[in-house]
Amino acid sequence: MIVNLERRRYNARESYSGIEAAVQAGKVYQSLKGKLHGGTDMAVDIQAETGTWKVKVGLAQMLKGGVIMDVVTADQAKIAEDAGACAVMALERVPSDIRKDGGVARMSDPTKIEEIINAVTIPVMAKARIGHFVESQVLQALGVDYIDESEVLTPADENNHIWKHDFKVPFVCGCRDLGEALRRIGEGAAMIRTKGEAGTGNIVEAVRHARTVMDEIRRIKGMSQDELMSTARDLKAPFELIKEIHQTGKLPVVNFAAGGIATPADAALMMQLGVDGVFVGSGIFKSDNPALMANAIVKATTHYQDPGIIADVSRGLGAAMRGLEVATMDAKDRLASRGW
Amino acid sequence: MPKIGVLAVQGDFLEHRQALERIGVDVSEVRLPAQLDGLDGLIIPGGESTTIVQLLDIYGFRDILKEKASNGLAIWGTCAGMIVIANKLTDKRPDPIKLMDIEVSRNAFGRQVDSFEQDLDVTGMEGDPFHAVFIRAPVVTHMGKDVEAIAKLTDGRPVAVQQGHLLATSFHPELTEDTRFHEYFVRIATRGSD
Repeated sequence: MIVNLERRRYNARESYSGIEAAVQAGKVYQSLKGKLHGGTDMAVDIQAETGTWKVKVGLAQMLKGGVIMDVVTADQAKIAEDAGACAVMALERVPSDIRKDGGVARMSDPTKIEEIINAVTIPVMAKARIGHFVESQVLQALGVDYIDESEVLTPADENNHIWKHDFKVPFVCGCRDLGEALRRIGEGAAMIRTKGEAGTGNIVEAVRHARTVMDEIRRIKGMSQDELMSTARDLKAPFELIKEIHQTGKLPVVNFAAGGIATPADAALMMQLGVDGVFVGSGIFKSDNPALMANAIVKATTHYQDPGIIADVSRGLGAAMRGLEVATMDAKDRLASRGW
Repeated sequence: MPKIGVLAVQGDFLEHRQALERIGVDVSEVRLPAQLDGLDGLIIPGGESTTIVQLLDIYGFRDILKEKASNGLAIWGTCAGMIVIANKLTDKRPDPIKLMDIEVSRNAFGRQVDSFEQDLDVTGMEGDPFHAVFIRAPVVTHMGKDVEAIAKLTDGRPVAVQQGHLLATSFHPELTEDTRFHEYFVRIATRGSD
């Protein structure tokens, strides 16, 4: 009976990690057990449940086709919301400043985050350091809607990421390839983004990472079953998720592009490559006219298949952020290599 | 068979599209007003209402949607879509398109950690209760005399409402495998196209 009820709620389209998350949280079992002991059957209203895999992934599904913008202050958050951002990302400094200033980059000041939460009605995300589960606990307590366990901040743990299933708030994590994406999903990430190379205004790494993920998905979809285990070994990815991708041909969570998007055409490029939406970090508030640039990127993300509209919105924006060449960058300056 | 469009400016329009395709409905994506021509029904999906309203206004949807709705275009708003079609919000923003005689409170249950799943009894829907997914969901705070609440929370707050050929749900039927709400909307749109 319990098994049947669980199956009813976590049906075929649900991912392995979702079932795992729900069962581990014990929520489904607990709530159903209560009902069964009460002598009731399936037709009875099951109590409202929060923090489920479905609502975690679901919020990311609502963000699709949209632009999530990095903001440092409440004023920037308002500009982003007015320009059509579907969410904002609160952080201490935008990536290009983190790059320039150096030092340890940490979670933002709680007061700043609260000011941003109070300034806008769209979802507020905030960044925590890789492996810093206490920063994440703080962000959850502050009421942020999504946590980005981000390589843009200085990592707190060089071996382990956060066990994200333990949290009620959903997490987004960066990836460079499919193996990294699936390791993060296995740990409980309910949304994935490419890492790109944050703070460079250079799209080349985001393209590389998005193409790598898509190519590996296509390859797995076309495999025979006896190749799946060695693929899981080679990609260092959970076998159950490799099996799921073999069946569905897609990631079990929403996948955005991030790291280097600086123009409307950059955003549309990533959308045409097949991502679900875009994060823009330094590209908005390091451009000449942030409000105009933000709105243009929003329009280009919706109308990514319409070059006429992309041309129109690209006119007269002033200078985009000044970019950095990634190819000649020292390995130590590359943020994307953080994460394991 | 009616032709249904899904507003595709932002949000989970793909999930609605897939739900309609599962029940064999002819479906198209709508990003510009001209793409409304020839449709019997339009779904306004979940997403961010401030973003969706802004993109509707930039590309001149507001007056055309009002005109088409008054001429019988069936419209269903889910979550953000409910906000978009409401006559009034308890919030200052966004400025809704004002198609349906309801007042709506945004983020009525709190922040993302308060998002939830719950089974609902729906008036006229046969079989099991409908498993509803609420994500930063709105709720109806006031409705006109022509509006009927077809599903309520246990505390009595309406979360699915209908006014003739207009339908609004606080929750996301498109995030489940259950297509009963999509079938219901297709029946509403079919009546209009007779």
